[in-house]
Amino acid sequence: MSTTIVASSSVPTREQPSALAIGPLAWMRVNLFNSWISSAVTLLLLYFGVKWIISFVDWAFLHAVWSVPETAPGKLDPTACRDAKGFGACWAVIGDKYRFILFGRYPFDEQWRAAICIVLFIGLYVVSAMRRFWRAELVLIWIGVLTAIGVLMWGGVFGLLYVPQDEWGGLPITLIIATFGLALSFPLAIFVALGRRSTELPAVKLLCVVYVELIRGVPLIAWLFMASAMFPLFMPVGFNPDKLLRVQVAVVLFAGAYLAEIVRAGLQTLPKGQYEAADALGLSYWHKTLFIILPQALRLVIPPLVNTFIGFFKDTSLVLIVGIFDLLTAGKVALAEPIWQGYSTEVYVVLAAIYFVFCWSMARYSRGLETEFNKSRRR
Amino acid sequence: MTLSWSDPMFRSIVWQVVIIGGFAAIAWYLVSNTSTNLKARRIATGFEFLGRTAGIPIGEHMIDYEPSINTYGYALFVGVLNTLKVSVVGVVLATLLGTLIGILRLSRNWLISKLTASYVEVLRDIPLLLQLLFWYTVLQGLPAARQSFNPVPGVFLSNRGVKLPALNWEAPHLWALAAFVLGCVATHYVGKRADRIQDATGVRPRVWPVALGLLIAVPVAVWAALGAPWSIEWPVLRGFNFQGGLTVSPEYFALLLGLVIYTSAYVAEIVRSGILSVPHGQIEAGGALGLRQGVILRKIILPQALRVIIPPMTSQYLNLTKNSSLAVAIGYQDMVSIANTTLNQTGQAIEGIFMIGLLYLVISLSISLFMNWYNARVALVER
Repeated sequence: MSTTIVASSSVPTREQPSALAIGPLAWMRVNLFNSWISSAVTLLLLYFGVKWIISFVDWAFLHAVWSVPETAPGKLDPTACRDAKGFGACWAVIGDKYRFILFGRYPFDEQWRAAICIVLFIGLYVVSAMRRFWRAELVLIWIGVLTAIGVLMWGGVFGLLYVPQDEWGGLPITLIIATFGLALSFPLAIFVALGRRSTELPAVKLLCVVYVELIRGVPLIAWLFMASAMFPLFMPVGFNPDKLLRVQVAVVLFAGAYLAEIVRAGLQTLPKGQYEAADALGLSYWHKTLFIILPQALRLVIPPLVNTFIGFFKDTSLVLIVGIFDLLTAGKVALAEPIWQGYSTEVYVVLAAIYFVFCWSMARYSRGLETEFNKSRRR
Repeated sequence: MTLSWSDPMFRSIVWQVVIIGGFAAIAWYLVSNTSTNLKARRIATGFEFLGRTAGIPIGEHMIDYEPSINTYGYALFVGVLNTLKVSVVGVVLATLLGTLIGILRLSRNWLISKLTASYVEVLRDIPLLLQLLFWYTVLQGLPAARQSFNPVPGVFLSNRGVKLPALNWEAPHLWALAAFVLGCVATHYVGKRADRIQDATGVRPRVWPVALGLLIAVPVAVWAALGAPWSIEWPVLRGFNFQGGLTVSPEYFALLLGLVIYTSAYVAEIVRSGILSVPHGQIEAGGALGLRQGVILRKIILPQALRVIIPPMTSQYLNLTKNSSLAVAIGYQDMVSIANTTLNQTGQAIEGIFMIGLLYLVISLSISLFMNWYNARVALVER
């Protein structure tokens, strides 16, 4: 008897899962329409979102005025902008004023120097962000680049025209205040943090605590007022430091207090065994600090350091209030011109975009760094 | 005893003397320069100026103020009240908005979480001052009083600010408010009693009917018993401006809007990370015990999340208060703005800054103390 093996139809064949279980449709069902309330919200948001995007594109591109005709040399006719007001952006104000917004009152023919400075600053940030450059030589790079920036901005040597400080303005000022502020306040912050943690020098510790808490208790704007009003009083008779220097000193002292707290956090997270091991090896305080403690502690605090730097970068805009010509001030002054009054939205959008690009890329970088640092700790 | 460099005690004393001496020398140099300069410029020192007539016009004042009569000290006090007015309202609104956005960012709906994420991202990366200037221009760009927007009857939006109907405040309202406050205290004790009964018998008596009565019925009864006065003052357009009603000036509104929106982005991140810090097993355990969603949120997630949320929230509140000093850029007269005007008029910069510092110190310390007290309440009590 031969048994025939009947191809049983009971063995289930693998079916293609329905389109609702995989693919974009399934994704939508899980992420956008997983309940009736979620669906309702999604549809509502989509409706308003699309409506908003359409009106924004209309305003920013379709009905925008990109340039206005010149009636006489140096005299623009903003009629087109005035007609489009309310439904179309007037980008002509940017086209006319972008050099002023970026470089302020820097002599027009010399603005390439300020532009190179901006590139140098960005290059400096990029280089500092790369881990292969995290070594002692980085300090030399910073000193070199900052000197080069000083030479370029001031001029007066190598056949460059001398440009006094009160003619500087725009983005370079913002970058100068933020970067020099960080560069100068960082060493200060390290000393203050070490002082605040010292157990053998109670008087120094008290000094550091008072400094940090005093600075952090009062808003930056008050310190800026103080710097612009009181700095000349502190100096010997006849010595009148220029405005940028006054503000820079205030920013350095202000940033120093905040950075000191971050460095102190780094010193605290370092395991105690590291300190004890250094002591056991018989290292002196400075050897211990320089070769064992700081290299490890500073690495730990790079992400919060970058976040603080973002804060300072934004806070540099406060110098507007004491009359320093930074990016935001330049934008405001550009708007004060009679023919461009009333187009502040356009200028503010551009300024916001510039600040956003800087801050956002730094924030992205710091977040990436944080995950990378935590990788080794995660098992 | 011999003095030796290898003696740590001796070393530490020498170092401290050297460092403190150095600072004292610098400080003495600065002070002597300052006093020479002050003499050369004939600037007075001391705080007598506080008693002099200020002559600073202040647009917004919560208490009566007359520039030709009142003193600098009084003007500063008006400024302090203005700072508090914007900070307190700002802190409350920023917390509400920030918490909402932080929770929405955790939504399972992709669109909501992405939208709120970009809200946080964009607002954190644009300077607050720029945002304030933007809002102020937007508010100034509103039509004049005659063509004002009127979204809800009685509410007018124009370049003169926001006009709202105001309740005519009378004595019965005050009594009703007092009854409400008493009701809050009583409800608290009723809740405590319910806790005790639950501990003893395992059955929790119902609290909400009592609470409802104490918080709503009693105040309403008090108000009704006193004649139930109810008159509302509506803003009316007369000529070029409104009369009557409550006014929110464009300066205050722009400052509040800017501060709340900016800070809410930070608050949202704090709330989100706080909620994420509660391990998922806790929520599942709550579900396994048969607790309802609301109870899990109230009794399991929040108490644990608050421990993570409170400390950074404190520093955000302090930041908001300090950031309110940006008011000077858009012409809202807070205490820094008034102190700065004082400083410019009298030339007494040192005293001016000293006062700002002192006032901020007091405000910051009060916020810190309150938040530390609250933090101690919600903190984990270990053995």
